[in-house]
Amino acid sequence: MSLIQETDYGTPKSKSQVMVSLEIDGQTVTVPEGTSVMRAAMELGTKIPKLCATDMLDSFGSCRLCLVEIEGRKGTPASCTTPVAPGMKVKTQTDRLANLRKGVMELYISDHPLDCLTCAANGDCELQDMAGAVGLRDVRYGYEGDNHVAPKRDGELNFRWQPKDESNPYFTFDPAKCIVCSRCVRACEEVQGTFALTIDGRGFASHVSAGMDEDFFDSECVSCGACVQACPTATLTEKSIIAKGQPEHSVVTTCAYCGVGCSFKAEMKGDEVVRMVPYKDGGANEGHSCVKGRFAWGYASHKDRQMNPMIREKITDPWKVVSWDEAINYTAKRFGEIQAKYGRTSIGGITSSRCTNEEVFVVQKMIRAAFHNNNVDTCARVCHSPTGYGLSRTFGTSAGTQDFKSVANTDVILLIGANPTDGHPVFASRMKKRIREGAKLIVADPRRIDMVRSAHIEASHHLQLLPGTNVAVVNAISHVIMTEGLENRAFINERCEPKDFALWEAFIRDVKNSPEALESVTSVPAAEIRKAARLFAKGGNAAIYYGLGVTEHSQGTTMVMAMANLAMATGNIGRDGVGVNPLRGQNNVQGSCDMGSFPHEFPGYRHVSDDSVRNLFETKWGASLDKEPGLRIPNMFAAAVDGTFKGIYVQGEDIAQSDPNTHHVNEALTSMECVVVQDLFLNETAAFAHVFLPGTSFLEKDGTFTNAERRINRVRPVMAPKQGMHEWEIACRIASAMGYEMSYTHPREIMDEIASTTPTFANVSFAKLDEKGSVQWPCNDKAPEGTPIMHMNGFVRGKGRFMITEFVPTPERANRSFPLILTTGRILSQYNVGAQTRRTQNSTWHQEDVLEIHPSDAEVRGIQDGTMVSLASRMGGTSLRAHVTERMPPGVVYTTFHHPVTGANVITTDNSDWATNCPEYKVTAVQVSLSNQPSDWQTEWEGREKDNKKVAAQPLVAAE
Amino acid sequence: MITIYVPKDSAAVSVGADSVASAIAAEAVKRGQSVNIIRNGSRGMFFMEPLVEVATDKGRMAFGSVTASDVPSLFDAKFGAHSKALGLTEEIPYLKNQERLIFARAGLNDPVAVEAYQASGGYKGLAKALGMTGAAIAAEVTESGLRGRGGAGFPTGIKWKTVHDAVAEQKYICCNADEGDSGTFADRLIMESDPLTLIEGMTIAAICVGATEGYVYIRSEYPDAISIMKQAIANAEAAGFLGGNICGSGKAFSLKVRVGAGAYICGEETAMLESIEGKRGMVRPKPPIPALEGLFGMPTVINNVLSLASVPAILAEGAAFYKNYGMGRSRGTQAFQLAGNIKQGGLVEKAFGITLRQLIEDFGGGTFTGKPLRAVQVGGPLGSYLPASKLDLPMDYETFAANAAMVGHGGIVVFDTSVDMAKQARFAMEFCAAESCGKCTPCRIGSTRGVEVIDKIIAGEAREQNLVLLEDLCQTMTDGSLCAMGGLTPMPVLSAVRDFPEDFDRPARAQAAE
Repeated sequence: MSLIQETDYGTPKSKSQVMVSLEIDGQTVTVPEGTSVMRAAMELGTKIPKLCATDMLDSFGSCRLCLVEIEGRKGTPASCTTPVAPGMKVKTQTDRLANLRKGVMELYISDHPLDCLTCAANGDCELQDMAGAVGLRDVRYGYEGDNHVAPKRDGELNFRWQPKDESNPYFTFDPAKCIVCSRCVRACEEVQGTFALTIDGRGFASHVSAGMDEDFFDSECVSCGACVQACPTATLTEKSIIAKGQPEHSVVTTCAYCGVGCSFKAEMKGDEVVRMVPYKDGGANEGHSCVKGRFAWGYASHKDRQMNPMIREKITDPWKVVSWDEAINYTAKRFGEIQAKYGRTSIGGITSSRCTNEEVFVVQKMIRAAFHNNNVDTCARVCHSPTGYGLSRTFGTSAGTQDFKSVANTDVILLIGANPTDGHPVFASRMKKRIREGAKLIVADPRRIDMVRSAHIEASHHLQLLPGTNVAVVNAISHVIMTEGLENRAFINERCEPKDFALWEAFIRDVKNSPEALESVTSVPAAEIRKAARLFAKGGNAAIYYGLGVTEHSQGTTMVMAMANLAMATGNIGRDGVGVNPLRGQNNVQGSCDMGSFPHEFPGYRHVSDDSVRNLFETKWGASLDKEPGLRIPNMFAAAVDGTFKGIYVQGEDIAQSDPNTHHVNEALTSMECVVVQDLFLNETAAFAHVFLPGTSFLEKDGTFTNAERRINRVRPVMAPKQGMHEWEIACRIASAMGYEMSYTHPREIMDEIASTTPTFANVSFAKLDEKGSVQWPCNDKAPEGTPIMHMNGFVRGKGRFMITEFVPTPERANRSFPLILTTGRILSQYNVGAQTRRTQNSTWHQEDVLEIHPSDAEVRGIQDGTMVSLASRMGGTSLRAHVTERMPPGVVYTTFHHPVTGANVITTDNSDWATNCPEYKVTAVQVSLSNQPSDWQTEWEGREKDNKKVAAQPLVAAE
Repeated sequence: MITIYVPKDSAAVSVGADSVASAIAAEAVKRGQSVNIIRNGSRGMFFMEPLVEVATDKGRMAFGSVTASDVPSLFDAKFGAHSKALGLTEEIPYLKNQERLIFARAGLNDPVAVEAYQASGGYKGLAKALGMTGAAIAAEVTESGLRGRGGAGFPTGIKWKTVHDAVAEQKYICCNADEGDSGTFADRLIMESDPLTLIEGMTIAAICVGATEGYVYIRSEYPDAISIMKQAIANAEAAGFLGGNICGSGKAFSLKVRVGAGAYICGEETAMLESIEGKRGMVRPKPPIPALEGLFGMPTVINNVLSLASVPAILAEGAAFYKNYGMGRSRGTQAFQLAGNIKQGGLVEKAFGITLRQLIEDFGGGTFTGKPLRAVQVGGPLGSYLPASKLDLPMDYETFAANAAMVGHGGIVVFDTSVDMAKQARFAMEFCAAESCGKCTPCRIGSTRGVEVIDKIIAGEAREQNLVLLEDLCQTMTDGSLCAMGGLTPMPVLSAVRDFPEDFDRPARAQAAE
């Protein structure tokens, strides 16, 4: 194992199909048209000196080190900005060039500190490398001249010198070391799309400026790390590198935050992570990252992390630390007793979208084969279950249709109920790049999210709908398309079921679905809907991207189908640049669904009542399997309250914080006799648990995650499990202790079992993933290399099926007592329930959840920015600080759910999607009023924090 | 009723033309005399501004360097015999001996009056162009031999043909009027004295290449040029010479003024494009050339004011007529601008081939101080300093290049024997340091180091080694810089070192004298 050094070709790859041959230093090379001379040389292994060029960024031509001589051309053109031409003859090394390069380096070093030996970039500095490459031996200008290096000059303060900016928690900016190559500025613009950085001043006064010459923390910087990665010197350096020094080996693995699934190089010293660097060959992120994946991995070694299994008799007892054997046997014993007393179906489990496919697979296998029932569900229930159901009914597959790259060929983006700059930042960067290139954007969201208007992007239409009216808006769009003759008849006739289409056509053309008829429901002006519909239908490749703002509604499934209808009606399915694309919340939510985490489905979305499938698994597993679907999460809670469901195994999910109607969840948990929590931390659910099994962080896991584009990525361990056991092994041992022998020697064997039982995974193996980097399912004999884009030549289900999508409003209505609608979401720096990010310095950006409220709603209640308010619904109340902002439309308030003390889910209701029970987090009628004290719920929570999470003092072990 | 012309361009106004004009108006009222004051533009003879002209049967009679206090006596003399009288304007040798194609109409009329412009031969070129194909117009311009007057001397017709042949939804014409070179004022003069010529030239360019939008990028230091151009554009549009249907041809071209924000570098064509796009003025690498990927990434003609203003005459009179002027590969006329230490500063439009001496001595009348001439800087702050021994060089792109100098934009700045050429060399580096966009290393750091090295040389510090270092630095800047800013700064520096070595040896001499 060594440090992975990715080749930097200097300029981006050309997409041209036309090949051009040229000669570089006498060697012939053939490259695509549009390739730079620099890149062509690198293809031959010829490194032309460079500083401002890097293949993540467009060429810039400022450092002037990469000058070459080209036969028949005057002067010394820069190889980074000169495209290849047929028959071109290039010389990369001549005396003239050597002198020029030395001259340029001499200038650079005349304004650069000479502290290489003590510099954090020592050993990883391109400036140092170039000084070596050109053979610089002397700086004849001396170091006494004008400079940015020394705080004082000639005894006076040097006005050019600026102190180091350490405001960002993760990296420092030292202007004294800056060579003004603009790589950071360009990375911020081209890669991230935030435009937080610029070059201020001209000539020698040019310097990198964050915002308006502010410090990084106060600027618009989103701390994605692209600038740090781009910096060729120590100017922008990770604080971890400053503290620990350069890494010595690296391991390519996959981020465990959102559903984008970015590939990273974990750069290590021994078994300690020094930094995480996005991997250019990562299919999902292609070398980009966000503040979470890049920097927020410190939680893995946070002091709160539990390293020992613990058990207790009652949830009011303090936790008792025990051995793995004792914890496993205790779990098996209690589950066994419950089943004996209350029946086979009185226990179940929840799989985690945070865990690997292999870990999820063994847990559902444990439940089906060792618990002998199908009481398995997953946290996807509460996020994207309508996606799976809606898309499988219409297209035939429970997944998004495209790869992320597809957005680069999109002309019109319809973004609904998703806030990618916060929730899926690395994908948002791709989207923003495409919009800057000219693609049009339609945003349907109650909030004025950043995508509506930010640096160099602006939505053509912001359909600021009332929460809960998604279906009405999309029906209205389809109505306009169908009544104005904007549909793609050829596609519909060829690719879709005619009978279903005819029914849908009659339905959608009905005047009740017109934007004018629905204007009073959605509050979106009919004219805007009409314009947006025309743009979507006629603007070229149109793609729909959506998030939990679509699914977490009582009509979540209807809405997914409505979007599928829209895509089919306009022929925007089955090629690059189009599609219906869920932005998945968690790193492995796609995978956990694929792995058979639903009570009615085996791995690969096959119904448990299907005898042939069940026989396959029964044979493979050597166990008889239940043919009745089991309980969904809400059913488990209801059954628990009813007294028929008594034991639960919760793998890496904090249901007490993340599931709606906390009071109800807590009641269910308290009603159970054995709650087993497997997690990194003593989370909210652990307060109600009897067994705590410490989990592993992604840095210790060995397996695979499947991201929102169905991409199966390898998760490679960079250290041994800190708590002593792999999570897949824990489940195996519990199953074995319960009498069903389950064992694997390596997670690759689990993947082999998945592949052998699941047709869409047939050709997937760790060996294949190691060879190819990643594959997108389906990956089988029909698609041996995987499937980036689905439904290319026909839908998976045969013909696309239009579904009737009647708009049925949620029963949750605003009234005089609860006049506002609360909707929920996330912010960039925090992730989900915050278990991880709250235990990193990401909290510097967001220390508490706040309630966003429109100025007019605030004013009538006497609320000012920063005032404590109480937020109450029919279900419960909490209190938090208000943020008065015009991001919100009047009548709608918004908060995040990253902090348990906020208890946002104390407020949310029991309403859920009609088809999948996905909770309606996004619509709750509330009242907001001034408050000066914590809510009752918060007082109760604080008590539980103190009482239910106590760990007993460990008995002293006599020294041997 | 008498018609009196008082220029309103900024040169004339700077020496009191406005007060002269109001004095005339007031005096006429006082005397109950009816006068028609026309605020024309300057004829370019700045040394005799304010140049007041009176229309007579014989022609326009000129009165030079008129002040407000001269006005009563001018009325007394009935604008006849007077100490300030210069006779017929057209007979003034400074003007008469010029060959004015671009500036033929400068100072004749109210600069924004479209009818007067037409009456004096304006819009003939456009009329011709409207009857030609784009390719034919480009061919005509190529045939004329017109080369870019901004300084680079690239054949204008070939540039137009490149844009004409490019296939794109949108094309642009951009006029570079960011006239920042020291000692130059020809662009301002045309914009203030005869802006419609420039507008006509741009319209012809647009018709040629198929562009429908154009921008004139004017430096912010030219507020009068900006307002006059804006008014002229509005008038041309009202008269149907700009807009959606030019002269009923069905062709469209709209023109906008963009005001620079005070950076010399924005006169570099690609930095100008960035600036027009609303970005920081930074130089773009070429390729791609702006003719293919210019403004907003679209094919764009970028020409200097004088190149575009040369075009109406070429179209009106034909390529052969234009080509007849000049020498070698430098065809047509150039607007030479006499400035610095010179007696008769102003604009001299002459065919290429005229010598520096003819310009400075015959037109300029020698140095202003009367001391001997020591150096001439031609072509702006990035041009070489020529010693007195080179005054007989003919003005010609190739001859100048062969002498390590450049014609540039035609600016000629004269210095007498009081000049310290080491300080001038230092100034060249200092100017570059102040105006560098900061993108490329040789220019960004090199110019600052250049000042320091020259300071060391002037101070006599390790002079020999520092002179070698200066040569090396100049080589790095010349070959390594991204654009002409850093690439040409060594020209004045090296010319000063080469031709005036004694000025770099002063402290040593001073020490020796002690």
